[in-house]
Amino acid sequence: MAQNKWEVVVVGGGPAGLSAAIEAAKSGCRTLVVDANETAGGQLFKQIHKFFGSSAHRAGVRGIDIGGELLAECEKQGVEVWLNSVAIGLFKEKTVAVERGFDNGAKSVVVLEADRIVLASGASENAVRFRGWTLPGVMGAGAAQTMINVNRVLPGKNVLMIGSGNVGLIVSYQLMQAGADVKALVEAAPKIGGYAVHASKIARAGVPIHTGHTVLEARGDRRVEEADICAVDEKWQPLLETKKTLAVDTVTIAAGLKPLVELAMMHDCQMMFHPVLGGWAPLHDAKMETTSPGIYVAGDISGVEEANTALEEGKLAGISAAESLGKIGEADADRIRSEIWGRLDGLRLGPHGVMRMQAKSEQIDHYKSAQSA
Amino acid sequence: MENRVENHVVLGMEPPQNLVEITVDGKPVRAREGEKILAALLAQGIIVNRYTVKRGEPRGLFCGIGQCTDCAMVVDGKPNVRTCMTPVRAGMVIETQHGLGRRANGTE
Repeated sequence: MAQNKWEVVVVGGGPAGLSAAIEAAKSGCRTLVVDANETAGGQLFKQIHKFFGSSAHRAGVRGIDIGGELLAECEKQGVEVWLNSVAIGLFKEKTVAVERGFDNGAKSVVVLEADRIVLASGASENAVRFRGWTLPGVMGAGAAQTMINVNRVLPGKNVLMIGSGNVGLIVSYQLMQAGADVKALVEAAPKIGGYAVHASKIARAGVPIHTGHTVLEARGDRRVEEADICAVDEKWQPLLETKKTLAVDTVTIAAGLKPLVELAMMHDCQMMFHPVLGGWAPLHDAKMETTSPGIYVAGDISGVEEANTALEEGKLAGISAAESLGKIGEADADRIRSEIWGRLDGLRLGPHGVMRMQAKSEQIDHYKSAQSA
Repeated sequence: MENRVENHVVLGMEPPQNLVEITVDGKPVRAREGEKILAALLAQGIIVNRYTVKRGEPRGLFCGIGQCTDCAMVVDGKPNVRTCMTPVRAGMVIETQHGLGRRANGTE
């Protein structure tokens, strides 16, 4: 096994990881990004919609364009990016085991030594279990989004969407843009979860949004051919007498995401469960450092939010890692961090944002009590 | 008619692609060089990638980003290849995977 030494190793080349790497490299750190995919950029390249917020938050810019800019900046700053490279282990003394290569070829494992590590592994989609949920044609909403926007293929023609958060709403619209027919969207809660602007777009296009409804079953011979939906009562129990069968070949599940925290747990980073942030996530301070010194987190691994918060958190982690290596002075780092926190506060506004802001400050409070314990 | 998103209101026309031939369960299939195997199959309406070990249930695309392994197939004789992560090359031989994909188990 080859040995490799780096000042900063970033795990995950999505918005958080790339912006962390850019900041670290700008400050003069020898920086490597390892990414499992054939192309870095994480999920940005499937986000063809314009982002919200003010111009400081890249509002009005599409995820795909931000992805391209980040990759160009990485190249300019001399960040090394290893593709098709999965971090499979994180060990004491900050070594990272990385498996490189495609499944159908020869793979090799490289062990890296890192002075600082930024974990930006992102999140994975939650599943919803119902009868028939393993049938081909039932998939994550993000999976469908990847197919239409990145791979440019339709996984099916007639879609039932489960979940009315922003992912469910936006992907419904994008499925229609790609030529699919969204037959219905069901949401078990009594109210639509995502932004009204996204909901009204698909409602205007004629998609029935059934709040207080759930999916009961998907059926078909080796692929989805139909699905049953029904209303739920105030205790979330299905009201079978309201059952309706839809002719669909695809059921997409948008039931939220959970942080991909395995590497942090492997390194005994202390964790906290917060439902607003998608479940278990590592505690961290305002510099994004975990309870394991020298290990930073950024983006969805530190609590599921959005691409624009991930970009800012990545910068925090990158600056802080560089500062701790003596590449940037404390005063400069503090000034930059306070600007970033200003923008983060701006992104955590509104009824959804305030809950996230509260949850993130709880993480930092817990970090402090864990450190003083 | 392939299930392709060729002209897109935001993304525009797809750039021209190099077409190659691959074999899927013994039949020739036209695919785009470098696209994910899974995408090439979905374009042809093929959505079952494998059958499970114990119950022989069909599985296909679920996460699309290499996490779930439901889209694993046998590629050039090698089982458990995640087709959503693996690019098409000319002449590839793709087979639906049965169980663990070992030919000796007699399920193919």
